[in-house]
Amino acid sequence: MVNAVNPQDIEFGLDTFVYASVDGSGRAVDGDVVIRNTIEEAVLADTVGIDSFNIAEHYRPEMMDSAGHVMLAAIAGRTERIRLGTAVTVLSTQDPVRVYTNFATLDAVSNGRAQLIVGRGSLTESFPLFGFDLADYEELFEEKLDLLTRLLRDQPVTWSGTFRPPLTNQYLSPPLPEGHVPTWVGVGGSPQSVIRAARYGLPLMLAVIGGPARRFAPLVDLYKRALVAYGHAPLPIGMHSHGFVARTDEEAVAIQWPYWAEVFEGAAAERGWARPTMERFQAEIADGSLYLGSPETVANKIAAVIRQLGLSRFDWAYATGRVPHEQRMATIELYGREVIPRVRALLAEPSPEPAFSSAPATANLGAASVQQ
Amino acid sequence: MSSSSPTDRRLGIVGAGKMGTTVARAAMSAGYDVAVSGSGPPERIALIVDVLAPGARAVTTDEVVGSAGIIVLAVPMHRFRELPRDIFAGNILVDAMNYWEDIDGVDKELATAPLGTSVVVQQRFSSARVVKSLNHLGYYDFEESRRPAGLAGRIAIAAAGDDRAAVAAVLQLIDRLGFDAVDAGRLEAGLALQPDGPVFGVRHAAGELSELLWAEASSA
Ligand SMILES: NC(=O)c1ccc[n+]([C@@H]2O[C@H](COP(=O)([O-])OP(=O)(O)OC[C@H]3O[C@@H](n4cnc5c(N)ncnc54)[C@H](OP(=O)(O)O)[C@@H]3O)[C@@H](O)[C@H]2O)c1
Repeated sequence: MVNAVNPQDIEFGLDTFVYASVDGSGRAVDGDVVIRNTIEEAVLADTVGIDSFNIAEHYRPEMMDSAGHVMLAAIAGRTERIRLGTAVTVLSTQDPVRVYTNFATLDAVSNGRAQLIVGRGSLTESFPLFGFDLADYEELFEEKLDLLTRLLRDQPVTWSGTFRPPLTNQYLSPPLPEGHVPTWVGVGGSPQSVIRAARYGLPLMLAVIGGPARRFAPLVDLYKRALVAYGHAPLPIGMHSHGFVARTDEEAVAIQWPYWAEVFEGAAAERGWARPTMERFQAEIADGSLYLGSPETVANKIAAVIRQLGLSRFDWAYATGRVPHEQRMATIELYGREVIPRVRALLAEPSPEPAFSSAPATANLGAASVQQ
Repeated sequence: MSSSSPTDRRLGIVGAGKMGTTVARAAMSAGYDVAVSGSGPPERIALIVDVLAPGARAVTTDEVVGSAGIIVLAVPMHRFRELPRDIFAGNILVDAMNYWEDIDGVDKELATAPLGTSVVVQQRFSSARVVKSLNHLGYYDFEESRRPAGLAGRIAIAAAGDDRAAVAAVLQLIDRLGFDAVDAGRLEAGLALQPDGPVFGVRHAAGELSELLWAEASSA
């Protein structure tokens, strides 16, 4: 049995948090340089055949991704093909009107290549920063998703809610072609969020940042059943995970480990998590959420998860932490030139075992994503 | 309200999120009759319960409380005060909640609770028999690690509480859910089970878990 999604139609994206990196000698690189380096990384991604480049949103000293859309516009000017998106836009603390104007403009600048993943965000520093109350976490996201989908789907919009002034017969410029900007809902494992994505008829993006992806299989099932319950046609399902690729497994481990450990040391101190160990790192590589190693190792693992969950999109957060720009470039090059073709080839072969589930073939993710 | 006897296999769960549905699934496979509630009407969680914990019943929180002697409280910590003070009167209340500033916002009382957040929960629900437990493993560690008694590699979960009969009932529940059970002592020993505590978020066998808790207790 072959994967239900045509391997050529699967979207292979790159995600980045725009980590403040070090240079080859371990010295911190200035934030403005990090931003320009990231633009070079995206340009390379376009050259080597990667389908999309997606920037996260944080407000933290170690990440330079606070205004990703500005970077995406610069990337748009230097590329022709690659889709440009977010991973994720913390919609709870943004004004959907502003999200619309930014991304409709990006869509025009890029000739129709803008896309979005919206989520509640797992780090919540944007709440106090923009004056929102974490206690309104659920309500904020619900209301803002409602307004954003309305703005994307059918203007003029007349709308009222709790967290921003009402809109009456509002048109926003620039207008968007039908089905633009494809908007996915990012979820981290909460069943309520899965149901919400289905309720709005939006495609689902699973963020798997620890443990094996198979634990998300029940959520995939939940999503499909909820789409049916809400009367929507089947929609694509994607997944986001971290990783790093080098010539050999050993080299990939040697490069990524110290930076990965540093990130999780920080999280352990700040969030009360268990401290990172080499054992855990290896376990994440062997049977968890890290897609790390040689091109062959990484391709095998990606092909397996795409089959297992019936995915239409795989977003790879390349290089975790302060990995130097040169090594990020090398990993992007290998990913585009070796990993992706290998995954497509693997998926074209008959499956060794029946797929857990099958997603519909979606020739045009854009049109499927934002339905009327 | 009903009492909990050794043969009683009924469990109530308040909270139908990541943790609540994971516990519901474990309890179903342990042969429990399981009732689950969310913050809204049962219809809102019916599909979730049906897919993620087939066989469990989606009901109102009042019905959950009436359905079993042991209730697991698995709502976000910043929302437990929405529940009426006397709703769990007489119930064994398993406090599976953790306070995370990232999720719950700044809550002075919880952030500084010198005897742990479960003591605050006990003060709030003063007529309940609060036991801190099921909180110190991530939901997918919980899911992946549970196995029948006697199997190699079984890991442990601790319970802390002042009502010793309640603790005993929870220790039995833990065992049936698929873990070795460790008595951590009084409710304030629950402090050691919280985020930043010495056992949080790591899989431990019963021996290791007891040692870590004992070391913590004797250094306190
Ligand atoms: N996630 C873990 O790995 C894990 C592990 C151990 C312990 N815990 C603890 O378990 C608790 C729940 O975490 P989670 O990850 O499961 O969160 P979650 O996925 O966000 O789910 C929270 C659930 O609580 C429900 N809820 C909220 N307010 C309620 C109320 N007043 N009455 C009844 N139900 C209410 C929500 O229902 P509605 O959607 O209807 O509002 C939702 O079903 C937290 O305290 C957490 O620290 C979590």
